Amino acid sequence: MALEQIAGKTANEIDERFGSANFVKRSAKKVFPDHWSFLLGEIALYSFIVLLLTGVFLTLWFKPSHMEVVYEGSYVPLHGLHMSEAYASTLEISFDVRGGLIIRQIHHWAALIFVAAMIVHMCRVFFTGAFRKPRETNWIIGFILITLSFIEGLAGYSLPDDLLSGTGLRITEGVLLSLPVVGTYLSFFLFGGEFPGEDIIPRLYVAHVLLIPGIFLALITVHVILVWYQKHTQYPLPGRTETNAVGYPFYPVYIAKAGGFFFIVFGVTTLLSAFASINPVWLFGPYNPGEISAGSQPDWYMGFLEGALRLFPNWEIAAFGFTVPLNVLAPALIIPGLLFTPMAIYPFLERWVTGDNNEHHLLDRPRNVPTRTGLGVMALITWLILLAAGANDVLAVTFDMSINTITWIFRVAIFVVPPLAYLVTKRICLGLQRRDRELVLHGRETGRIVRLPHGEMIEVHEPISDAEKWALTQHTVHRPAEVGPATDANGVPRRRIMLAKARARVSRFYFEDRVETPTPADARELEGSEHH
Amino acid sequence: MSDQRYTGPSGAHADDADGRIQPAGAAGSGDVEATDSHDGELAQQWSNPGLPAHIYRRSDVDPKAAQRREREVAALFGISTLGTVLFIVAYFAIKPGGEDFLEEVSLSTKLLGLGLGLSLFCIGAGAIHWAKTLMPDDEIVNERKPMRSSDEDRAAAVASLKEGAAGVALGRRKLIRNSLLGALAPLGLVALIPLRDLGPLPGASLTGTWWKAGRRLVTDPTGRPIKAADVPIGTVIHVQPEGIENSEHPLDERAKATTLVIRLEPDEIQDQKERDWSVDGIVAYSKVCTHVGCPVGLYEQQTHHLLCPCHQSTFDVTRDCAVIFGPAARPLPQLPLDVDDEGYLVSRSDFEEPIGPSYWERG
Repeated sequence: MALEQIAGKTANEIDERFGSANFVKRSAKKVFPDHWSFLLGEIALYSFIVLLLTGVFLTLWFKPSHMEVVYEGSYVPLHGLHMSEAYASTLEISFDVRGGLIIRQIHHWAALIFVAAMIVHMCRVFFTGAFRKPRETNWIIGFILITLSFIEGLAGYSLPDDLLSGTGLRITEGVLLSLPVVGTYLSFFLFGGEFPGEDIIPRLYVAHVLLIPGIFLALITVHVILVWYQKHTQYPLPGRTETNAVGYPFYPVYIAKAGGFFFIVFGVTTLLSAFASINPVWLFGPYNPGEISAGSQPDWYMGFLEGALRLFPNWEIAAFGFTVPLNVLAPALIIPGLLFTPMAIYPFLERWVTGDNNEHHLLDRPRNVPTRTGLGVMALITWLILLAAGANDVLAVTFDMSINTITWIFRVAIFVVPPLAYLVTKRICLGLQRRDRELVLHGRETGRIVRLPHGEMIEVHEPISDAEKWALTQHTVHRPAEVGPATDANGVPRRRIMLAKARARVSRFYFEDRVETPTPADARELEGSEHH
Repeated sequence: MSDQRYTGPSGAHADDADGRIQPAGAAGSGDVEATDSHDGELAQQWSNPGLPAHIYRRSDVDPKAAQRREREVAALFGISTLGTVLFIVAYFAIKPGGEDFLEEVSLSTKLLGLGLGLSLFCIGAGAIHWAKTLMPDDEIVNERKPMRSSDEDRAAAVASLKEGAAGVALGRRKLIRNSLLGALAPLGLVALIPLRDLGPLPGASLTGTWWKAGRRLVTDPTGRPIKAADVPIGTVIHVQPEGIENSEHPLDERAKATTLVIRLEPDEIQDQKERDWSVDGIVAYSKVCTHVGCPVGLYEQQTHHLLCPCHQSTFDVTRDCAVIFGPAARPLPQLPLDVDDEGYLVSRSDFEEPIGPSYWERG
């Protein structure tokens, strides 16, 4: 009783100041639709919290400084070596601060998981059409978060100033230099002069611990508030409609599950960090611009850039006294641009093609949108090929192949495989849709063969339930948009006819191949023909 | 239980006459209703069958099962406490610093991680197990309202905005509008201009290195000068110009001046300029890759190829370090060599072209 009294008194004090009862009344039973794929975004969110917690811990010892010191800490093999304070303090965290190494490893693992979870979450959102109206803003925010996370990660793993991270910065400098006109200026402004200079680590530090996390925090807050306000999407299961949200209430079930899941993510990351060593900087040694070790690999999310740099032919344009290093500019900036810009604007692109202005809260099954699914797989495959190409030296050693052969295989694959992946995916989607259609019209194969009196053998099909029929036919099948007449009713040529034609062309590309959903009429007709 | 009712799909495919879907079971099989609408025509679509009947869990109907679940949840929370204890004990019990320092660090990390990991994981597992097995699992239904505001609200919003705008009357008071724009627009410069001192302008600093005529080549990092006669065939030596540690920015200068010395059989050299700039088959090339600047660290003795481990650009040392594979566009610049009076290798001049990655002003 006493507890209830205290709680009541506290609630009263709060409500009299903030009117919170109204919010609680509305929110306690707020529904959160449940599905394992909705947890992917949560993994990203929780990894971010883990990053904040462990990151604060690391800042207590890390010294973001180029000041040269002679190492005298606990790690004997590096004794007497000249190194920056940044590297020395990273060694201190790893060896002289109890629990420092585990926290460092949790921080690094959580970073890898953070980016991976965001990307997989984005794939879920893409392939289920969750980005459609009214959620385009959250798609854009997610896109910014992912691209920012690459920069945040690069800044983070550059801080220890070990040999590997210094090499990453060297490549960053080379990429900046490749920019026409402003390249050298940008590089000199970033590094405070020539590479490596004595400014880059404190600058990356403030970007890594303050600037970018601040932006992250703001964007993630808006992202989550929008999910709350617009209510989560749901899969087209019985009872779910475009005008409701079905699931468990926020309080208590969702809080218990989501809160519990935070601890699971943190716990799994910690166990991973306990037993799987990551970024052992003491083995790499301090950064020295003249040294490098074989098999230098960036963190996985930078792999696609690395792969693009490795695959692109050695083209360089020198004319009129100026040089454009296409061999760097194209793979480091143009190719990512070609990959990422369509991704950022995709919701608007698709809305233009479909002309669909409705709100969508029921998710698509990927097979029911074959062209989108095909394009998504194509982009994903392109990215994966680049990622794999970023490890061509590791692959060469692992499979005992010539690195030149592997590079050429990837150079060919990047042009051949993605279009193939598009075609194959689209065909698979259409095939699955036809199978769904068969299921609705003819039912499920039972494997039971019956011999009719006149000798004919047939397999008995068992009709599926109405709930299943509804689930397999509830989606809208879009049709290609028409161009319409070239002139209006008065014979005046229509304005923007070219745009309408372009739209009709893209729309045809999207919706020419389609499988119509069967209707009850189709079923009735078929039933009739089978019975007579 | 008004929040347990929900409306059917809106838009083109709304089928039921009143837009409502009955929960399964309430209207029989639903089949008849779905396919035959009131005017005898067949419906366009099967209708949403509504939420399936609730399935009760063991723990809902069997108090013993519920008790078991409760004990399981408590056990998970108990393991979590043990994990925390393990963490604290490991923290104080193991202080690496003895003979087997690295093994102690490893053990400490594993035990701390195991303790903390168990502690966190079991709290999560317990909470979720509790939520899934013991908390109410009735799905509830919230209505969604369209995101769009009602027409009245929109009209009212527009009206108040217009009213405010009329009061401000920026359209009429052009002087205020323009002067305000004139005041705000250049304000961005205040944020930009102070960034000027982020770094010096590049100038010509990328075109030269610390090499100049007569500078001795010394080994990197030990700093010993090299006698031409002491360089065995097939070896590769990493060198810097002597005295570079006394330059103004030693780290920056070392990053540019880092050079490889390789001794070939003189008749293996196929390029005239390369031969002219060599001493008894000893050649020197910039170690900075012309692609994005990684040190070209791998030398293949048999083929005389230099390989950059970052992006696999491959240079043929016998042909003036021409690019034979990979993304680099230009050969590695050669450092002209000579021998001084005491027989030590010296540079005849700086590199004749900028080393490292290409950039706009490089020409």
